[in-house]
Amino acid sequence: MKKLILPILLLTGSVQGVAQQVLLPAVSGNVETTFQYLNEDTLIGAQQPAEKTVMNSYALVNYEYKGFKAGMRIESYLPHILGYPDRFNGTGLGYRYAGYNHEKIEFTVGNFYDQFGSGLIFRSYEQRQLGIDNAMDGLHVKFKPMKGLIIKGIYGKMRYNFNSRLENADGLVRGFDGEIDFSEFLGLLDSSKFKMTIGGSFVSKYQNVTHPDYNMPRNVGSYGGRVDMKYGRFFLSAEHIIKENDPSFDNGYIFNKGHGTFINFGYSQKGLGIVLQAKSIDNMSYRVDPGATLTDLQINFMPALTRTHTYNLAATLYPYATQPVGEVAFQADVLYKIPKKTKLGGKYGTSISMNFATAYRPVRHTSSESGIDLQDSSRVTYKTGLFEKSDSLYYRDFNIEIKRKFNKHWKGTIKYFHFDFNNAVNVVTKDANGIISSHIGVIDVQYKINRKHAVRMELQGLWTHKNADGTKQDKGDWATALIEYTISPSFFFAVMDQWNYGHPQESQRIHYLLGSAGYIMGASRIMVNYGRQREGIFCIGGVCRPVPATNGLTITFTSSF
Amino acid sequence: MKKLLFFIPVAALAILSLQANEDDKKGKKLPAVTIKDMAGNTINTAEASNDGNPIVISFWATWCKPCKQELNTIAEEYEDWQDETGVKLIAVSVDDQKTTKMVEPYVNATGWEYDIWMDVNGDFKRALGVNYVPHTFLLNGEGTIVYSHNNFVPGDEEELYDHILEAAEK
Repeated sequence: MKKLILPILLLTGSVQGVAQQVLLPAVSGNVETTFQYLNEDTLIGAQQPAEKTVMNSYALVNYEYKGFKAGMRIESYLPHILGYPDRFNGTGLGYRYAGYNHEKIEFTVGNFYDQFGSGLIFRSYEQRQLGIDNAMDGLHVKFKPMKGLIIKGIYGKMRYNFNSRLENADGLVRGFDGEIDFSEFLGLLDSSKFKMTIGGSFVSKYQNVTHPDYNMPRNVGSYGGRVDMKYGRFFLSAEHIIKENDPSFDNGYIFNKGHGTFINFGYSQKGLGIVLQAKSIDNMSYRVDPGATLTDLQINFMPALTRTHTYNLAATLYPYATQPVGEVAFQADVLYKIPKKTKLGGKYGTSISMNFATAYRPVRHTSSESGIDLQDSSRVTYKTGLFEKSDSLYYRDFNIEIKRKFNKHWKGTIKYFHFDFNNAVNVVTKDANGIISSHIGVIDVQYKINRKHAVRMELQGLWTHKNADGTKQDKGDWATALIEYTISPSFFFAVMDQWNYGHPQESQRIHYLLGSAGYIMGASRIMVNYGRQREGIFCIGGVCRPVPATNGLTITFTSSF
Repeated sequence: MKKLLFFIPVAALAILSLQANEDDKKGKKLPAVTIKDMAGNTINTAEASNDGNPIVISFWATWCKPCKQELNTIAEEYEDWQDETGVKLIAVSVDDQKTTKMVEPYVNATGWEYDIWMDVNGDFKRALGVNYVPHTFLLNGEGTIVYSHNNFVPGDEEELYDHILEAAEK
């Protein structure tokens, strides 16, 4: 008996030990650094900064324990990499917060990101590769008094700059948003087939700005509502936002109200998906400082109603960015998968995807019949309706892609694009006026050598239309060839050449050659690029940033923990 | 014989305590973030469960080619993986408002059988420290993160499956 006591005691002790393996504080975050060594390259207009090397670094740490959360991000620009605003400088704290999450209420003090609805009225987010970070700094509250009802409140300043520490703009952003999900709210909607959510938002900014000619409003409000419905295989959602008069550099200091409307309709089933979207924007540039430009201090988010293209020639030469001052845009997408084991589909099936996107300038009525008197003191300079489009084309994009797996080793994609791009509206080049039209073709083939090794090859071509005098538009024709070799799970190597073979001037028929290699270990990655990169517009999600030409070495390291 | 009777509980105790220490080292679980799934239901990410079987959390976006390649490659084997290990894959879309409406049509047209969560403003991605997509995590039966991998090249799905098999055996 005595001999059994000890093991029993130890056993119960060990059970307790395991049971005590209770909730530990959760720490997560990531580090990232981008280092560039730049050469001068007069052929493409690449500059070498005085320091020769530039580097951006970030370290983010999040801490969470039993509902309490806190975190911070240290940033460093020594100096900033090319493409970032020049005012970014130094090392220090760029983001910090503390808060508490409870079942019914969550709050954060300090920096936070959030969006209301689709972001058309308010969105605060970080898009590091574009140098965008409009983090809010103040108080964020999320209140869930009952199932299906969420009320959010925000109040604070917006991030503008980093100069050895976070710097916010003067001015305030405050607002609240309510959303009711009828499937969960009061059991009002007890159907698994039909789902509906409605929401409403109100946002107001305070700005203490003056203008020599106009009485600038101190507080500018915006408000609106949204509805989201799903019925079986269909969905329909709509959002409408109105902004009060907000004279700004973007709109030429007029006192018109603005509106933003967004409608989505879709159908999907196994093997088929259809999405139709329409957007009407008028005078929706809404910034904490009305004199700000580019991507600074935007309170709302208006992505372009286009497909984000990833193939180099389609993505970098003529990308479209939303015109916050006004546009009427439409987009349609059809995705179809020809079933596998059919004659047309082949052994594995074939995917077909078609997309059409277009945007026009809205009509502006300026006559007295519309109630506009350009001579009066109201400074309301035009009237426009919902989806009232003119014939002035901003952009048109049609593309179709066919993807197929042939056997265990071979996979291929072919894609065709047609772009009509109005350079007068979205200036991307000084070598053309008006509308630039082009065709693009892509062939992308992958060969899986064995379990761990694969090679992928891409061949792309872009052909512009001709001007009236027979010369090619803009920079003429381009070709891109890419070859990529990967070794699972740790290595990749790639070489890409983007060649402007059809440039009207022979001396400008430049090769942009770029070599890349990378090493991945778990949640970390180090990547090295060496070569030439074109100057251009670099876009992510319809938000764009101009990037200067570079020639040199880029090393990026990223790791999550 | 008596020595054996003594030995067994002690050995069991030693193994149990070692196990506890190992889990303590990696004891990271999913943070609690409120997002919606593709059907519109509200999800608390910390409550993800799969009856004690492993869970794969894979961050993707409709604009991310390697992400779609990863999930399409796994889709070809998913049924076999589920039969062998009971694993469940949750694909978390980080599509923001520009592309979030494309998620359901894409998922249905392609025929994926995964759970799909919508992380529209990147809250879940930020809470897990994810920098770039694709990024894939594996949780064991107790909800502890045992594997985290970014990037995707053909063949990575086999490494993931090796880890799933390991996690399923424990």
